[in-house]
Amino acid sequence: MRRILSGNEAIAQGALDAGVSLASGYPGTPSTEILENISRLGGVRAIWAPNEKIAVELASGVSYAGHRTLAAMKHVGVNVAADPLFTIAYTGIRGGFVVVTADDPSLHSSQNEQDNRRYASFTCIPMLEPSNSQEALDFTREAFVLSERFDLPFFLRTTTRISHGKSIVEVSKWEESGERPVPGLVKDPAKYVMVPANARARHRDLFERVARVAAFSETFPFNRVESADSALGIITSGASYNYVRDAFPNASILKLGLVFPLPTRMILEFAENCERLIVVEELEPHIEEWVRGLGIKVEGKSIISRLGELDSGIVRRAIEGRGEDPVVPDHEPEVVPVRPPVMCIGCPHRGIFHLLSRKKIFVAGDIGCYTLAVTPPLSAIHTTVCMGAGINQAAGMEAVLQDQHGKVVAVIGDSTFLHSGMGGVLNMAFNRIPATVLILDNFTTAMTGRQNHPGSGFDMKGNRTRQVNWDTLLRGLGIEHIRIVDAYDLEEIDAALMEEMNRDAPSVIVVQGACMLLKNQPVKREPPYEIYEDKCTDCGICLRIGCPAISRKDGLPGEKPVIDPRECTGCSLCFQVCRFEAIGVLK
Amino acid sequence: MIDASSGIFNVLIVGVGGQGTILASELLSYVALAAGYDVKKSEVHGMSQRGGRVESYVRFGKQIYSPLIPKGEVDFLVGFELAETLRSIEWLSAGGIILTDTRAILPYTSQVGESPYPFDALHRIRRRGFDPQVVEGEKLAAQLGEPKAANVVLMGALARLLPVDGDVWRSVIRENMPGNLAPVNQEAFELGYGSGILTQGHDSSTK
Repeated sequence: MRRILSGNEAIAQGALDAGVSLASGYPGTPSTEILENISRLGGVRAIWAPNEKIAVELASGVSYAGHRTLAAMKHVGVNVAADPLFTIAYTGIRGGFVVVTADDPSLHSSQNEQDNRRYASFTCIPMLEPSNSQEALDFTREAFVLSERFDLPFFLRTTTRISHGKSIVEVSKWEESGERPVPGLVKDPAKYVMVPANARARHRDLFERVARVAAFSETFPFNRVESADSALGIITSGASYNYVRDAFPNASILKLGLVFPLPTRMILEFAENCERLIVVEELEPHIEEWVRGLGIKVEGKSIISRLGELDSGIVRRAIEGRGEDPVVPDHEPEVVPVRPPVMCIGCPHRGIFHLLSRKKIFVAGDIGCYTLAVTPPLSAIHTTVCMGAGINQAAGMEAVLQDQHGKVVAVIGDSTFLHSGMGGVLNMAFNRIPATVLILDNFTTAMTGRQNHPGSGFDMKGNRTRQVNWDTLLRGLGIEHIRIVDAYDLEEIDAALMEEMNRDAPSVIVVQGACMLLKNQPVKREPPYEIYEDKCTDCGICLRIGCPAISRKDGLPGEKPVIDPRECTGCSLCFQVCRFEAIGVLK
Repeated sequence: MIDASSGIFNVLIVGVGGQGTILASELLSYVALAAGYDVKKSEVHGMSQRGGRVESYVRFGKQIYSPLIPKGEVDFLVGFELAETLRSIEWLSAGGIILTDTRAILPYTSQVGESPYPFDALHRIRRRGFDPQVVEGEKLAAQLGEPKAANVVLMGALARLLPVDGDVWRSVIRENMPGNLAPVNQEAFELGYGSGILTQGHDSSTK
């Protein structure tokens, strides 16, 4: 049956076909829909772990128990999970173990654009890279078989265009021959207990296992030569393969499905038959360096950018020697105002950032919807590095600057806090650093599409489960000064903020308000507000909260602000900031 | 007009988060599949859904590799929002076709009067040598009591320009729209399909 599937849907289908017993991960664009689809499609247990390290370790337990398993995450999630991954490569596996890394060249929704093919060579974990949804399905199925055959976890690497791109997939029944591991517990310390003596032996064994995969790669059908004109030979993989095929339909192509380890003999033979050899790959010169290491003359990053994603136009111009820039336009580009993403109307995050902005407080930020507060008019985020970093950065600043250089707070979302913020608060308590942390609790992992987490009270399937108790948790970490305030009550937040920031002790304020888009929590929806034109002095403060429902009439500079009653959710923030009693509930 | 020799149709659909840009591109993809074409589509999820620009590429033809359309190679630009249509014209090929709603959704800087919204977009597009075809999708859909069906009105207008029978579209809409929304979207499609774009010189039957 021919269906249109996204790469992520195809990966989910492949994992189900291969018979995974449990799949795990943490939401992150562009990987999120893999777990969601496994959960939706199969009778298989798919679970959101609090973070990627937990997901990978959990999955390794499933694998050691002889069951097949998959862990899915975005590229930076692999950083969090890197610690177990390096050593699980040593131990090897029992049940087939596939780790999906969904990379994001061009940073459509990420803080960096690291190329995780580097993790494959670094950890010695083989890596498959599909070029479309059909391959995403086929490669995922095969990855489980290869994982068991070579006693290694396997990476499956996608990029945004593969994960979120949709293409036609022939979904056929998959017949697998060969034996599967017997489920159960296996006591084999030499293999699974990585004390130095055992690990030394397993490190040697790892190289031998990878060498076997390398030998296999020479005849692996996912690596193939599409032979045509010998004048131009291109080595490529993943999304880049598509751009090469479109840009140079007559070139000879070595398409690599396995990007680690690479097929040396195949590459040498291919190079021999080409007059000009080019590696086309997004981001890092992963393949190029290997080819160069074989003593082959090759072009790559000397003509193709190391930044961002490619397309067929970029590839064509680069190889034809026309540089990276598009054809020089014969006219000036049209000036159109930018349209950055913004917090939703009625978002519980808006009020706190309005306060922080007005008070000119330095905000060590984190990763989530609230990062959107970096843009005007709120302009109230001053650092963002990775999940969990903001708390520690605020503590570091506080520890050396005290109050002499202005006020510092950390903001972090509820899901992000439970992912990697707890250690930071523990550190503040342990080392008596009197920083203030704001946990913005909206009961969900909002930015990635509202996935439940341990603070939601619901599991992935939407069933009731244990919900973190902030007071008990924070007290247990050593915090004595804990406040839980209403995200829509500016006065209450303001009072708590002033008191806790001036306190010479570590403190945490939980600013609570459900994400407006949630279905499983009561969200704040009240009658809409209006602006009384006669009382409005046009001071502009209601425009500076950055609510999309408030605008100058028709966007004209001379007009006073108005509220769109169809859009307003009645959050009352504009009413609270207006100093002229010019805003009230729509009559 | 369209490079028929390559046999590939490059469609760029643009709008603002919440306008149904992605749903529209899904429908077009299913139509292409049902009509026997190879098809790929790509868009960016995530941040763009927070009121930002949403753009979706759909390519169909005999065999499609890249899901992305390079700058200057878009054959059909379908815009649900005026400023986003204007922003996208750099992607059009010479002779590329524009179908656009005149709906204006002001970004923040325009809302507060800092940077002017391009209400003159149609004029600016014409000045660049294109002949934008206006489809009042939202106004037509509002007549059906469902302004959100504007996206399907525009797809109806696009359908007239593509070499796929209208009945393929009708069955795709029937099969892929949630039950309670199918009837209104069928009507929305017919409004676009009969909106008169065909009479303006882009007769698909000659292709």
